[in-house]
Amino acid sequence: MLKFIFWRLLQAIPVIFVVITATFFLVRSAPGGPFDSEKAVLPEVKRALEAQYKLDLPLHEQYLAYLGDLTNGDLGPSFKYPGRSVNEILGSGLPVTAELGLYALSFALLIGVLAGVFAALRPNTRQDYIPMGMAMIGICMPSFLLGPLLVLIFGIYLDWLPIAGWGDLPGDKILPSVTLGSAYAAYIARLSRAGMLEILSQDYIRTARAKGLPEWRVVIQHALRGGLIPVIAFLGPAFAGLLAGSFVVETIFQIPGLGRFYVQAAFNRDYTMILGTTVFLSTLIVFFNLISDVIAAWLNPRLRAQFKGSA
Amino acid sequence: MRLFRFILPACVIAGMLTACAGGESNVESGNRDGFLHYGNGAEPQGLDPHVVTGVPENHIIRALFEGLAVKNPITLEPEPGVAERWDISEDGRVYTFYINPEAKWSNGEPMTASDYVWSWNRALHPDTGSLYAYMLYPIVNSEAYSKREITDFDQVGVKALDDLTLQVTLNAPTPYFLQLMDHYSSFAVHPETLLKHGKMTERFTPWTRVGNIVSNGAFTLDEWSLNRRIIIKKSEHYWDRDNVALNGVYFYPTENVVSEERMFRAEQLHYTQVVPLDKIPEYRKQGNTSYVQAAYLGTYYYLINTDRPPVDNVMVRRALSYALDRDTLTRTVLQETAIPAYSITPPNTLGYNPPKLFDYDPAKARELLAEAGYPNGEGWPGLEIIYNTQEAHRKIAVAVQQMWKKELNIDITISNQEWKVYLNSVSQRDFQVARRGWIGDYVDANNFLDLFITDGGNNNTGYASDEFDDIILNLAPRAKTRDERYGLFYKAETMMMNEMPIIPIYTYTSKHLVHPSVEGIHPNLMDSLNLKYVKLHAGRSLYGEAN
Repeated sequence: MLKFIFWRLLQAIPVIFVVITATFFLVRSAPGGPFDSEKAVLPEVKRALEAQYKLDLPLHEQYLAYLGDLTNGDLGPSFKYPGRSVNEILGSGLPVTAELGLYALSFALLIGVLAGVFAALRPNTRQDYIPMGMAMIGICMPSFLLGPLLVLIFGIYLDWLPIAGWGDLPGDKILPSVTLGSAYAAYIARLSRAGMLEILSQDYIRTARAKGLPEWRVVIQHALRGGLIPVIAFLGPAFAGLLAGSFVVETIFQIPGLGRFYVQAAFNRDYTMILGTTVFLSTLIVFFNLISDVIAAWLNPRLRAQFKGSA
Repeated sequence: MRLFRFILPACVIAGMLTACAGGESNVESGNRDGFLHYGNGAEPQGLDPHVVTGVPENHIIRALFEGLAVKNPITLEPEPGVAERWDISEDGRVYTFYINPEAKWSNGEPMTASDYVWSWNRALHPDTGSLYAYMLYPIVNSEAYSKREITDFDQVGVKALDDLTLQVTLNAPTPYFLQLMDHYSSFAVHPETLLKHGKMTERFTPWTRVGNIVSNGAFTLDEWSLNRRIIIKKSEHYWDRDNVALNGVYFYPTENVVSEERMFRAEQLHYTQVVPLDKIPEYRKQGNTSYVQAAYLGTYYYLINTDRPPVDNVMVRRALSYALDRDTLTRTVLQETAIPAYSITPPNTLGYNPPKLFDYDPAKARELLAEAGYPNGEGWPGLEIIYNTQEAHRKIAVAVQQMWKKELNIDITISNQEWKVYLNSVSQRDFQVARRGWIGDYVDANNFLDLFITDGGNNNTGYASDEFDDIILNLAPRAKTRDERYGLFYKAETMMMNEMPIIPIYTYTSKHLVHPSVEGIHPNLMDSLNLKYVKLHAGRSLYGEAN
C-alpha cells in the first residue's frame, strides 16, 4: 500500500512540472499584457511598471526565477492587485471555496445517496423513476439557471434566505451550497443507484435475505459498503472539481472564493495569479485523485488482496 | 408509512429554512445604525491613490481621502476641501492654496503643504509608474520630471511657502485645474506612513491595509475582506465631521449586475452601480421608482482606421455616419438609456456644446457612397467591426450592421475579441472599425479633443492635422476668456469631425437603483458621489410600508 502511494506521488511531480511550464509559456503567448488598459499607457510608465515586476528580463530568466521562487513556496506578487501577493489572495479565497465545496459535497452525498439507494430498492417502479428523473434534470440544469431560480423563490418571493454574501447574514450559505451541490447530488444518485443495483443482485445478498435479516440490515450492513464504491471513487475528483469549478456560483452569490480570482486572472493577464491558481489547483486535483484511489482500494476486497500480495 | 419517508425529510429541510428566515435585511439594519450598503461593481485593485486606476477604486479612495478642492455634488463647481480657500493669479498660472488648519490626518496629525509636495513628487516620479501621472502635467516641469528629463523635483512648480500655504505654478492657464484637485491622482498621502512600509516609489507595500493606512477624508478604513466587502467608518479627525451624517459604508464587489439587482430587490443593498438593461422598463413603470438615470460624461463611438481601405476614403466614412439612425438605435436597442451623439464631446460639457455637422440622411449617404465608387454597394470590398466580448456591444454592432446593409446595401462582418486581445488590436491599429468608449476624467472639452492629437496614445485612428494640434496644444490654453476658448474648441472639433475619424454613436448615461431611504445622492455628469453628504431615513421601504 505504501509503495502504491509512493509511486503515485512520484508520478505527480512531472505532471505538475509540465502544468507549470505549459501554463507559464501559454499565458505569455496570449495577446495583450497585464498593463494594457483602455487609456493608453505612457511608454515611460510602462517601462517603470515592467521593471518593478521584472518583466523586462528575458523570458527564460523570468521562468527560472519563477521556478526558484516556487520552490520556496512564493507565488509572486499579483499584477492586478498591487500590494497583494498571490499567496495572500489564495490564502483568503481557499478557505471560503473549500467550505463552500464541503457543504455542497455533503449536501450532494446526503441527497444523492438517499435517492440512489431508494431508487435501487425498487427498480423500474415509481420509487425509481421519480428520483432518477429528478436526477436527470439536476444533471442537465446548469448552475447559472438553478442559482437564480432558487434565489427568486427562496430569496425574493418567499423572503426566507439572503441571496448573496458569505457569512454576512444568517443563512446566506444555504443557497450557494445547494446550487453547487445539486449537479453533484444528481450524479451521485445515479452512481449509487447503479452500484446498489449491481450489489443487490449478488449471491451474498440473497444469502443475507435467506438468513431472515430485516431488509434495512441487508441494505445498510451488506449492500452499502460495496454499492458505494463508485461514489467514493468519484468523491476525490468531485471535490477537486468543486474547488476549481465554483466560479459561476461564486459570481451569482457574491462569494469571496477562489473561483472568481481564477477566472478574472485570465481576463486581466495577471500572469502570476493565473500560474499560482493553476499550480495550486492541479496539485489539489492530483492529491484528491490519489486519496480517492487509496480509499477505493481499501474498500474493495479484491484490490486490497492485490496490494497484500504485492507488498 | 411510505408517505412519511418523503414528508419527514421535506419537513426537516423546511424547518431548517424557516429557522433562518425573518432575519433583518441590510437596509433595515443599515438605516437604524447609519450604515450605507453600496454596490461597488468590483473589487478595487488597491487603495493607493497613486497606483490604482478605475471607477470602483475611485469611490472608496474619495471617501477615505480628500483633495485640496472638492466638487459640489450638484453643480460640480469646486468648493473647499483640504484647502479652505485659494487665490489664482491674474494670468491664471499661479494657484495659492491655503490649507485649512483643521484639516487632519486620521491619526490626528495636521496636514501640511509639504505633504503635498512629497505626494506629488511620488505621483510624478518615473519609478512610481502612476498611470495617471499626466493629470498633474499642467504643472511647470512636471512632465519633464516624470519622463526623467530632469531629476530635481525642486524645478517642478510646486512649493510649500509655509506649513499651510501651497503654491502651484502652471505652464498655461488651465481652467480645469481645480477639478484635477478632486481626482485621486492628486491626493496627498501621509509620508511617514508610506516610509514606514517601504520606499516612496514602491507600489507593493502594505501601507493601505487596515491598521496601517492613514488618510485624510471623511471616513477611515475599518475592514477590507478581499472580494467580500470593505467597511469604512466616519473619521474622528475629519475637519467637517459635524456635517457627515453616515456612520459608515459597506462596499460590496458586485461584479454580476444581475445578482446586484436582485440584492437590491431583497434589500441587501441601498445603491447599485448599474442596472441590467432588460430590467429598466420594469423599473420605469413603477410610480415613485428607485431607478435613477442621468447624462454621463462619456461617448460611445466607432473608431476608424483611416489608413485601411475602404474607410481610408473620407466619403465612405461620412456615408457610414449619415446612414446610421441613432435615434432608433438608442430608442430600441438601448431602451432610451443613451443620448444620440454626433460628435466626440458630450453636449453641455461645462457650457460647451459640440458642433452637429450631420444627421441621419440615408439619401445623402447613398450619394456619398456612390461618389466614393460604390454605387448601391457595388464593388464593396467588405468591412469588419471589432468589439470586446460583451452582449451590449454585440447588440449595437448587429443593429449597425443591419442599418448599413439596409441603407447602403453593403456587407459588414462583426467579430468579438476578448478584452486584452481587443486592446491590443486597437493599440496596434489592427482593425478597420473598432468599438470604443471614452469617459471624461474632468469636465472639459479638452479631455475629449486632445485624444485626436497627431500620434496621441489614444488616437488610434491615424487622424493627423497640424492645425488641429496647434489649436488644442497652443491656442486654446492661451485663450483669454471662456468664450474664446470654447470658440477654438468648436473650430477644432468641426475640423476633426469633417474628416470623420470616428463615428460617434451615443452619449452615456449613469444608471443606478437607489433605495427610497437614501438622501443626498444627486445625479450629475461625472456620476460623482460625495458620501459625506449622504443621509439615511429609517422606516422607508422598497415595498411601501416598512416591514
